[in-house]
Amino acid sequence: MDKLIHDFSFGLFIWQLLVFVALIFLLKKYAWKPILDAVNAREESIEGALKAAEKAREEMKALQSDNEAILKEAREERERILKEARDMKNKIVAEAKEAASAEADKTVAAAKASIEAEKTAAVAELKKQAASLSIEVAEKVLGQELSDANKQAEMIGKIIDDVKFN
Amino acid sequence: MHYNMFSKLSVSLALVGAMFLSVPTNAQDQDHHEDPHAVEAHETHGHATEEGHDVKAQIKETIEHHLSDSYDFTITEGVSFPLPVILFDEGLKVFSSSKFHHGESVAEVDGNHYVLHHSKVYKTDASGHLTMDEHHHPTNAMPLDFSITKNVFMILVMATFMFFLFKGAAKAYQTGQTPKKAGRFLEPLIIYVRDEIAIPNIGEKHYKKYMSYLLTVFFFIWFMNLAGMTPLGINVTGNITITFSLALITFLITQVSGNKHYWMHIFWMPGVPVILKPVMAIIELIGLFVKPFSLMIRLYANMLAGHVVLMSIIGLIFVFGSWLISPAFFGLTLVLSLLELLVAALQAYIFTMLTALYFGSAVEEHDHH
Repeated sequence: MDKLIHDFSFGLFIWQLLVFVALIFLLKKYAWKPILDAVNAREESIEGALKAAEKAREEMKALQSDNEAILKEAREERERILKEARDMKNKIVAEAKEAASAEADKTVAAAKASIEAEKTAAVAELKKQAASLSIEVAEKVLGQELSDANKQAEMIGKIIDDVKFN
Repeated sequence: MHYNMFSKLSVSLALVGAMFLSVPTNAQDQDHHEDPHAVEAHETHGHATEEGHDVKAQIKETIEHHLSDSYDFTITEGVSFPLPVILFDEGLKVFSSSKFHHGESVAEVDGNHYVLHHSKVYKTDASGHLTMDEHHHPTNAMPLDFSITKNVFMILVMATFMFFLFKGAAKAYQTGQTPKKAGRFLEPLIIYVRDEIAIPNIGEKHYKKYMSYLLTVFFFIWFMNLAGMTPLGINVTGNITITFSLALITFLITQVSGNKHYWMHIFWMPGVPVILKPVMAIIELIGLFVKPFSLMIRLYANMLAGHVVLMSIIGLIFVFGSWLISPAFFGLTLVLSLLELLVAALQAYIFTMLTALYFGSAVEEHDHH
């Protein structure tokens, strides 16, 4: 302790205080403040850049999922439209078929009716012709009968040959 | 903690070194008793009957000379330049230290006579007579001494060096965001002081205003420690005056920044029975001064011990003077130099870290109370 006190030099003490305190303030102004400020600014900018990158990544992710959703929606829409179209086609075809068969039925029915009518008319005509023929035959039979019996039979045969069913 | 281990190691090595030197020390002390007035003469022209004794005395003298402040800057044996002596004694007296002739002669300035004794200036008469007290300390008057001694010179050189070094490092940031040249090396250290010393000990909120001091003290101590490892005989951080002024600044800043909680903690410790509070106040009050005192002693002792050990071991090469043993001591010196290189950085770190810790305790906010 005695040596410590003896070693103490007041002049050196004052010099050290003066120089050191001056050095603190000089370095503060010309070195520490500019360096620390620059380092802080750089750290902040790096942090900002990292945050921005992170944000961009998030946005990208959101965008990607959005895209996917849109794509999915579009796909669904397409499916729906196709399904609708298919349904429509089926419906139209079915309707057409129905209409066609109805028309055919109608035609067939008309044809049938017309055939029936023709047939009825033909039968009536036949009946009428048969009747008039019968009458004609009868007339002629009656006209010849009186003259010759042989001729009578010949006549009848001839008449019958003349009759042509149309 | 690693640094504790290293400081203990340095101290124990210092003790080993001191043991080797104890014989000549005692012998010289006895000489002092016989002829207290011829101390200077004896030390410089010691006539020992034994040659080994002579070598040992010479080593001791060299070490002492190396460790103490001086009025001229010795680069190596015989090569030195004088520094200005500035005294306040009946007016300002400025003269070159060459007038002392390395302490061998009396300097006469404006009719006043001054003489050097153990690196201190005493006022004397033309004959250079010093009156000694029972502790072999001269009782002569000591003029107020503001000389540019070796240490002051080194402080000025170092301050200039640091100023331009860091100013240069700061300049790179004007043009870009990245450090250049020396800044590349210094920036990580500055960030280290900020992130590992200042912020954890002081806290995010208050650390900024202490950064200038912490950085300056860290680099000042570290660079001075490194300068001490050069063979120029620089021993600034191993000087009690320097460590005292650094510790004093830490002490003053701590007390000035102390908030209500800090003083409350000292004088009226919360959470302690009332009876104990005055006792705690006394203990805390002692602690207030012990903290900077420990800072002062730790740095001083570590650096001084390092110098003593290294120089003692180098000295042993000459004591033994053998080709067989010298290489071994050379190797030991090399290893210890590497250790000292570590201690140089470590002591700067410890001083800065503890300083930050004290600042932290002064500004800490006790929200939990």
